[in-house]
Amino acid sequence: MVNLTMNGLEIAFEKGASLLEAARFFGIEIPTLCYNEGLNPYGACRLCLVEVGAPGRSRLVSSCTYPVQPGLIVRTHSARVLKARRLLLELYLATCPSSKIIQDLASKHHVTRVRFKQKNEECILCGLCTRYCAEQMHGHAIGMVGRGAERRIGSAFNKKSEDCRLCGGCSYICPACQARCQGPDEKSAVCGACLNLAPPCLDDHDDAMCYLDPCAACEMRGER
Amino acid sequence: MEALQARLKTPADLERYRAAIKAKQETITHRLSVCGGTGCAGGGSARIRDYLQDYLARRGLSARVALRFTGCLGLCERGPLVIVSPGEIFYQKVTAADAAEIVDQTVLKGELVERLLYTDPLNGEKYVSANEIPFLKKQSRFLLGDNWRLDPASIEDYLGLGGYAVLAGCLDGLNGAEIIARLKASRLRGRGGAGFPTGIKWAEGREAPGDQKYIICNADEGDPGAFMDRSLMEGNPHSVLEGLIIGGYAIGAGEGIVFVRAEYPTAVKNIRLAIARAEEVGLLGEDILGSGFDFRVSVSVGAGAFVSGETSALIRAVEGQVGEPRQKPPHLAQQGLWKKPTVVNNVETLANVPLILRLGTESYSGIGTASSKGTKIFSLVGKVNNTGLVEVPLGMTLREIIDDIGGGIKGGKRFKAVQTGGPSGGCLPASLLDLPTDYEALSEAGSMMGSGGMIVMDEETCMVDLARYFLAFLKEESCGACFSCREGIARMLEMVEAITRGESSPGQLELLEELAAVVKEASMCGLGQTASNPVLSTLRYFREEYLAHLVDRRCPAGVCRDLISFRIEAGICNGCGACRKSCPAGAVEGKKKEPHRIAAALCTRCGICLETCRYGAVLKE
Repeated sequence: MVNLTMNGLEIAFEKGASLLEAARFFGIEIPTLCYNEGLNPYGACRLCLVEVGAPGRSRLVSSCTYPVQPGLIVRTHSARVLKARRLLLELYLATCPSSKIIQDLASKHHVTRVRFKQKNEECILCGLCTRYCAEQMHGHAIGMVGRGAERRIGSAFNKKSEDCRLCGGCSYICPACQARCQGPDEKSAVCGACLNLAPPCLDDHDDAMCYLDPCAACEMRGER
Repeated sequence: MEALQARLKTPADLERYRAAIKAKQETITHRLSVCGGTGCAGGGSARIRDYLQDYLARRGLSARVALRFTGCLGLCERGPLVIVSPGEIFYQKVTAADAAEIVDQTVLKGELVERLLYTDPLNGEKYVSANEIPFLKKQSRFLLGDNWRLDPASIEDYLGLGGYAVLAGCLDGLNGAEIIARLKASRLRGRGGAGFPTGIKWAEGREAPGDQKYIICNADEGDPGAFMDRSLMEGNPHSVLEGLIIGGYAIGAGEGIVFVRAEYPTAVKNIRLAIARAEEVGLLGEDILGSGFDFRVSVSVGAGAFVSGETSALIRAVEGQVGEPRQKPPHLAQQGLWKKPTVVNNVETLANVPLILRLGTESYSGIGTASSKGTKIFSLVGKVNNTGLVEVPLGMTLREIIDDIGGGIKGGKRFKAVQTGGPSGGCLPASLLDLPTDYEALSEAGSMMGSGGMIVMDEETCMVDLARYFLAFLKEESCGACFSCREGIARMLEMVEAITRGESSPGQLELLEELAAVVKEASMCGLGQTASNPVLSTLRYFREEYLAHLVDRRCPAGVCRDLISFRIEAGICNGCGACRKSCPAGAVEGKKKEPHRIAAALCTRCGICLETCRYGAVLKE
């Protein structure tokens, strides 16, 4: 067990765990977009920022990737943390306003205005879908492509990957919108949609779990 | 040099070999050092070398005149450079056509080729010896000083100058802890940018449990306008290699890796050659000089991502993954390459190691300021008279570097700002010219030491446009994982671009500052955490310039195209038609011998008419 201070409370938590896990265990709510208990932490959305270190020498780190350390002083809701979190949420709203999860988080944090130029992106590159595909399905059908502003989710050579088992997990887990089912149009490399399946999904891939909800294929067959 | 019979097995073998090399070198009467550094190579110095080689052979001088193709000699502005010794006669702006004359006049007759001598732009004096030229004389070239004395491809040259003696001394008489104690006492700080004490870093590496450890030389230098590490690797690769081997011995690593970017082909070639030669003579491999210490070095070539210079990203790149930083802790000293304890040092840091051990910690820490010891190489570029590579004691003021060594601003223009530390650094105004180049002083002023890029700007540089340039660079080079860095930089760029187009409003400056602060705080690695510096420092020191763009819709430096206009002064224009013919947009109209005028609707404000007009009739407003 590791002893540390969180929001003024002396706590003990298991070695190797992250600050986010410790905070959530003790009932401290920290918002996240790119975190999922079943996947390796990625530290990309930056919403789970917490302030670590002694006052005056502290810094902000992503709590999902920062391990509990003996004697660490952690503040999960300091003014500095909240200021950064709010601006990031404003930036998320300005980038990807159509996500309900982002809208809800923004309103919870009293972010009521967007001062940046409004965009309408479909992906926040949180990496949940790619990690889901790699870690849970061992598929590696999709991944991050490019660097910096060019970064996007895609498959090798922009072709629908043969490793994709059409489990639909990527669209299920997506907090934004890109990996949502796009219908029968094959322009998206992510899935290409259940409507194209013949015979539909689980008949062929009984071991693959289907997460699509609602699934158009099921609806077509009248199973739902 | 005849091939070595067998690997060197003891320090005494090394000294015998060194003595043989020196005896051989005594038969040489003259040396011609042709600069093969970045600038001079671009100026065609390889051809000069070929001509010289050919001519020396034809005159039958090859045996007693040694010809070297060296690393950077420093004064890139005047390249290609050739130094003839004895006398260290410094020839500048040499062409292949001068090769025969240099040999005939200087080598054979001992006379000078007057027209190739250096004339100082400030005092108008002519200088003969390299040691007397103000640009070089005012520097302290501990790391670069040997560049003209050695051929980077020759381990014999390095050994002849006393190379690898420090390594032999370490292996023979010191243990790792003693070496680290000396480094700590020297107070050497990492030259890659952050300035972390090297002795402490090595101690962490040494104390980390595990029998498999790595030491990595970080040569992924990617700042625009910086070529310090490149020049060290190209010019004196053995000094870097010696530092790396000593580091490996001190921390107990069995393997060293040089991570160098593919854009530096000469550096890659030279370090590979240096490794191969060191292996041949027995300074790398098993049981080095009979000490029982085994050490191998390999080269890993990076794919040119700026972010791979960040140590955790670098390690992923060496492992063959995409270069993306990760959260520290766990620190690299605990969990680095292949999850083993790893120490990553910058090229220049490693080159300092043999120097410190040779000079002794006391005389080394006598150089520099209270908190920043030793010398630092800066690549002095931009609007100065003497652009080039300069090595000065830390703590020298910016003014001394720019005015005394750099020879002041080109064309008699006014100094405006100096950008230190590359894209992560900041711009410092004229009022801070007396600031010492010291890690703390630069950070407090809102810039940073960085790896040593130093870009000097005159009154014709727009600071908003400069911030735009660095943001555009970082937008491409961010790995893109952190939302704060990826989207934050893109948004800052968007806002700064709007300012340069005059499409912004005053409240935007405060929002820009707010966003810049969050990008700095919220991002994971050093790239994101410093990405705001160009914006924050220009806002801090040149806020009026931002306001001029915002409020007056005016670019004081006359750079931002959307905010300037060109006009032909009818009283001066004689209707020669030169501007009309050169205008790519067809925006200049007018009859022959009658005053011309510019059609604002067609003008793209490229400025070609201004450059073309010989009468000064075109005005920029």
